[in-house]
Amino acid sequence: MIREMKNIRTLFAAFLMLAIVPLMSLAQEDDQVLRARNGKFALTNAKIYTVTNGIIENGTIIIDNGIIVAVGADVKIPADAEVFDYKGKEIYPGMIDGGTTLGLAEIGSISEANDFQEFGQLTPQMQALTAVNPNSTAIPVTRVSGVTTVWTMPRGGVLSGTAATINLFGYTPDQMFAGSKGIVMNFPSTAGGRRFRRLSPEEVKKRQDRALKTVNDAWDKAELYAKLENSDEVRSYPEIEALVPVVKGEMMLFIEANAAKDIVASIAWVKERGYKKVILTGVSEGWRVADQIAESGIPVITGPVQAIPTRDSDSYDAAYANPGIMSKAGVKVALRTMDSENVRNLPYHAGFAAAYGMGREEALKAITINAAEILGIGDKVGSIEVGKQANIFVATGDPFETATKITDLFIDGYKVPMTSRQIRLYDEFLNRTPGVDKDKKAIDIKKK
Amino acid sequence: MKNILTLLLAFFSTMALAQVQKGDLLIKNGTVLTVTNGTLENTDVLVRDGKISRIGKDLRAPRGVETVDATGKFVMPGIIDAHSHIAGSAINEGTSQVTAEVSMEDVVDPLDVGIYRALAGGVTSIHLMHGSANVIGGQNETMKLRYGTMNPDELRFEGAPRTIKFALGENPTRGGRSRGIQPQSRMGVENMLRTSFTQAIAYGKKWDAYNADKSPRKVAPEYDLRMQTLVDIMNGDVLVHCHSYRADEIYMLMKVFSDFNIPKLTFQHANEAYKVAPELAAFGASASVFADWWAYKLEVYYSTAYNAAILTNNGVLTSINSDSGELIRHLFHEAAKTQKYGELTDDQALALITLNPAKQLGIDNRVGSIEVGKDADIAIFEGHPLSVYTVPLMTFIDGVKYFDKSIDKGDARIYVGPESSISEVMIYDRHNDHRCLEGANVMAFEELFSNKK
Repeated sequence: MIREMKNIRTLFAAFLMLAIVPLMSLAQEDDQVLRARNGKFALTNAKIYTVTNGIIENGTIIIDNGIIVAVGADVKIPADAEVFDYKGKEIYPGMIDGGTTLGLAEIGSISEANDFQEFGQLTPQMQALTAVNPNSTAIPVTRVSGVTTVWTMPRGGVLSGTAATINLFGYTPDQMFAGSKGIVMNFPSTAGGRRFRRLSPEEVKKRQDRALKTVNDAWDKAELYAKLENSDEVRSYPEIEALVPVVKGEMMLFIEANAAKDIVASIAWVKERGYKKVILTGVSEGWRVADQIAESGIPVITGPVQAIPTRDSDSYDAAYANPGIMSKAGVKVALRTMDSENVRNLPYHAGFAAAYGMGREEALKAITINAAEILGIGDKVGSIEVGKQANIFVATGDPFETATKITDLFIDGYKVPMTSRQIRLYDEFLNRTPGVDKDKKAIDIKKK
Repeated sequence: MKNILTLLLAFFSTMALAQVQKGDLLIKNGTVLTVTNGTLENTDVLVRDGKISRIGKDLRAPRGVETVDATGKFVMPGIIDAHSHIAGSAINEGTSQVTAEVSMEDVVDPLDVGIYRALAGGVTSIHLMHGSANVIGGQNETMKLRYGTMNPDELRFEGAPRTIKFALGENPTRGGRSRGIQPQSRMGVENMLRTSFTQAIAYGKKWDAYNADKSPRKVAPEYDLRMQTLVDIMNGDVLVHCHSYRADEIYMLMKVFSDFNIPKLTFQHANEAYKVAPELAAFGASASVFADWWAYKLEVYYSTAYNAAILTNNGVLTSINSDSGELIRHLFHEAAKTQKYGELTDDQALALITLNPAKQLGIDNRVGSIEVGKDADIAIFEGHPLSVYTVPLMTFIDGVKYFDKSIDKGDARIYVGPESSISEVMIYDRHNDHRCLEGANVMAFEELFSNKK
């Protein structure tokens, strides 16, 4: 009996070996590390949306060492290029989100996992780029949806810090840096608190006056500092020093203003100060004062589009219609999600804006070339043009359409693998092994 | 005096039995997305007395019945949100870890302009849920969004089964920690559930013995609404909808329900339900999930937007909900995301926001599809509702129109109180839009239960 058992065991072991060896090799294949690669690529036979030079029906793009070196219908494919046939697909410049905390926020409710807000009201010298985690789980989750570049920004206080553009591929912040920075300022607001704690009009006014004084004191000092900069007498004053490039017109200033009153007040403030590279952000009530914004010539980054109207008395679709109203009034508009983990929904915010008055073409510009130009990287990204960085995605159709799939992705010329933790979980759990049999008994129930 | 009382009583009882308006209507020549019977091109839907009476081609409008031309438009069943906190003037009763005795039916706010915004997204029914501050929360209220009345009773989904909110994981354990009581861990959550049901069994036995006792001198046991509600749950009279995220806690609750013989169970949020999809299918439990929300707390960090598709493909009854006054306005778009994340068919995606939530709420005999005999809760869209460019045009409940984009007047408030201000501006922030813990004020907990005082 025992011998028989042993035989069975040996047999079983042999069987196991037979079964496991091929499995092991398979497993190895499963665990293969997917790496991005650089090189000379030819993307052929696709419908190319250049954004700046129309649509090429059956076009080719040549990427060499990160740069787009040729685009067109009759492009000669270099002999040493790796060719990708994208017949039936559409190619777009990578989408750009004009306002996120991507890379700075990992898990919302855990303060240790959030690095977008520093202590104090005046912290413009704080560098978002420093705190970008290149290995944030949210980054691959975002880029596989075609978003290749974002404005990642500090929040909170009056002068929150210095934001930066980042490409969503790279292993250090410097590899990701997309080439521009700007100071983030929250214009002293008349908006009344949050849902959990509403403020009285008196409290709001008091808070606003206090913040306005802080703002003006800081900028007065910065203007003085700019004049004294080369003097030996000036001691280091980091938060004021950080503002000097704005005073000199060398750096962008992003002013967050949402209530109509605040938008108008901030436009007047900018005019009075005479700062040159200014962008209005948020601008939730821009539709109320669209003409005034257009007249000021200040560009706008607005969003989220999928948002509740700012006032109970507003039409239900005020936030959907806002980008279109501003754009039609002549404002240069880019969009943002103001998100961290769901920046991937940028094309849907654009789609909603398109459906509620902006139109598809303007909405596409709002998350490509307009965003690039407003963020100061219009010479590098935002369209498919010779000489620009190869930030490109390939889609099965219109990327705003919900069911469309992004099939291929190039960031800074690297062909980036189309995977993320969410995709890997899908692959593992769609048909889980083992399935239910092992545990069926534990949760069996006598049906009533 | 007695007469006055009788009069008053009569007055209040008529108020409670408010007559719900029912409509007649012919929707002509639309593309009808029935959900249960595929897509019908160039088809008419006739509504009589609030019910769908005929579906077919070239139907004639009976005399006096209004016709809506839906040529080139899409007609679908009204959207049902299985997890909402709009139209609730309170969300959490957090004074105990078990508050089965309270009910959202007492806090329905018919004036919330969020109701109109939801209607403008094609939503006709919501499941107004208690919050997630405690393990066994309050009872929920299933509603129809009959906006335009000051009477909360007119918004009730008459005849809908009773439901109750449970909550597992971080929310109830956070409450336990801040108060220095159980539960502070997922172990404590399970213990609290088992203890509560065991107590309720003992309570039920006392009443059973009393009811069986023929003695004229028998004395009734003390009535306890909290315990009675738990008994009702075990009898299958109250459906449990449980806030949950992690696979282990989802599995735990199935085992507890198995042990206490509770047959029906819906997991709310259930971000990790995909990990135990085979178990959910075997148990017959269902899930009501987000399309893509994740990472807002640790227990949703290992989420995947493919959750709904994995669950559906494993045979788990699944719906997509909002838990948000913003998302509720575009649940059709949230459902469409399952076509990107998991390639669900149109019918599967539409069922996630219509028939499936109806089943989870026990109202699928009334709503959730366009079928003869069902309530005429219908939404009409410009463009296919699963397209990002779609625009909801009209929303009907019981054949009565509650939203019409072409005559939308902007300010949709039905009551402007003296404290309202047209200039009050609230900036929307998605990360403050999870209302499950609203009102579960942790400071108040501490004051209530602090040993120092």
